[in-house]
Amino acid sequence: MSSEIVFDNISKFYGEILGVNKINLSIPPGITSLVGPNGSGKTTLMNLAAGLLRPTRGTVEICGLSPNDPEHFFRIAGYATQYDGFPKGLTGYQFVHAYLRLFGFSPADTERMAWEAIERVGLLEAAPRKVAGYSKGMRQRIKLAQAIAHKPKVLILDEPLNGLDPLARAETIAVFRQLGQEGSHVLISSHILHEVDLISDQVVMMSQGYVVAEGQIRGVRDEISDQPMQILIRCDRPEYLAARLFDKDQVVEAKLHADRQGLLVRTRSAESFYKLLNHIALNGVCIESIAPADDDAQSVYEYLIGNSGETK
Amino acid sequence: MTLWRRQILAIIRIDLAKTFLAKRGLWIYLLAFAPLLPLVGHWMFGRGNMANDQLGDDVQAFAVIFQFFYLRIAVFFGCVGIFMNLFRGEMLDKSLHYYMLAPIRREVLVVGKFLSGMSAALVIFCGSVVVQWFGIFPHHGTQLFSSFMTSGPGLSHLMSYLLAAALACIGYGSVFLWAGLRYRNPLIPAAILLVWEGLNGILPAVLKKVSIIYWLKSICPVSLPTPPGTKGNIWSLLVFDIDPAPAGVAAINLLLLAAFVIVAAALRARRLEISYAAD
Repeated sequence: MSSEIVFDNISKFYGEILGVNKINLSIPPGITSLVGPNGSGKTTLMNLAAGLLRPTRGTVEICGLSPNDPEHFFRIAGYATQYDGFPKGLTGYQFVHAYLRLFGFSPADTERMAWEAIERVGLLEAAPRKVAGYSKGMRQRIKLAQAIAHKPKVLILDEPLNGLDPLARAETIAVFRQLGQEGSHVLISSHILHEVDLISDQVVMMSQGYVVAEGQIRGVRDEISDQPMQILIRCDRPEYLAARLFDKDQVVEAKLHADRQGLLVRTRSAESFYKLLNHIALNGVCIESIAPADDDAQSVYEYLIGNSGETK
Repeated sequence: MTLWRRQILAIIRIDLAKTFLAKRGLWIYLLAFAPLLPLVGHWMFGRGNMANDQLGDDVQAFAVIFQFFYLRIAVFFGCVGIFMNLFRGEMLDKSLHYYMLAPIRREVLVVGKFLSGMSAALVIFCGSVVVQWFGIFPHHGTQLFSSFMTSGPGLSHLMSYLLAAALACIGYGSVFLWAGLRYRNPLIPAAILLVWEGLNGILPAVLKKVSIIYWLKSICPVSLPTPPGTKGNIWSLLVFDIDPAPAGVAAINLLLLAAFVIVAAALRARRLEISYAAD
């Protein structure tokens, strides 16, 4: 059985409006982030993966199972949607417990699993209270508890960090990491790009219904050849270093860092630039650190989709 | 117990609480128990005029209320409120997807939701029939009431009314559940059905049978005579001037209709997409 999430030539049209088009993806286990601006098709893609929408064309399979076979599919898959609706009148515990009963576990197992999930998202104290009285962050977490309660191998989460305070955000990211380390798939859509860097093993970048890039962020950055690579060099003599670099072909731009403790260089060829830097360092510049400055999701996203594309 | 049975029980548990305890369902109770008002009035004022108060009159009064108000208004609109909410209400609340994300076949979901709606409707509307029955007749005295129930037609009448109320819930319920799945605004098909059922009295004999009310009327134990001078006027809309079918045939036909509509609803549910923004 395949262990991947496979979108095979998936298209979805809402009448004449494009949702997503010709998506071909094969996502390995680990934490994968879907990023893209409003209307780029992230939620459509997630809803297609979970069977809430039917593709106009193509097929989706998760670990070899189709969402058209819900009896088997949802044993291994869990989905926390971005919909903020809840059945009326239920407490947090009743909400998780009620839908867990649909899995057919024994009453004792159902109760135990419901409490375990609630504990994992840190809502033990609030569980006996009505969901209607929860804050946005608590509602996000109880949805996450409902999605992970049956211990799925594949977890799909649409904007799971929305509305969480910093502490809850850190705790929730820790849960994702733990799930990823346990070999689960975690497919997340998020608009907070620095968190995408923090939590993702790979990214899928979307724009206007198409996938524009996929893979590990650094790998994606390396493939963007039309944008010079930015490198931050921390050294004792940044002005001297800048003067030495100005006339070199590899260097497109060199400017002092705002704190004047380093130099920000843009180069078309990182490899040949590093060789050059080694040579300069041997001639009396003490280099403390060298680090790529634009191989994060934010930069890659801006290169691919542009500054104007406000993320969702 | 097999998985689908456990799943159906779980659905019934979730939905029954919502149906019975929801504040927005209060009007359904009011509708179901509304016939008690004239019955209580009749009981109160009839006590002072016992000499003229015949049990036969009450049998007729009960039949009039049951056929003209209870089936056509109370059960009809009550089923609109209960069964349309099973799917459409959850779409409006944006909570239907939780069912769709469980390892449950859509067909099982439809059956589970229908059974939960049916359970609630049967308790409310058959319960109301029993309460109405014991509200109208006992004031004739224990002995006469007991004799009416045991030696007379009382018990069989009550059973027939209960069967008619139950089949009304099942028949109308199945149609409204399907409409809730099929249409974004299911009140439009409900209004069309209401008009069609209302026109039953003036339709040709063949078309009368293409309705639910015709078969329900066939189960009712008391035929109401056509009041003189009502032919062709507005009152004829309310009169069932037909040859009733045998009660058994009527019951089977209504159950077959419900089964057919539930199958159609299940097929519809298999293609159902969750797109709340469009709803």
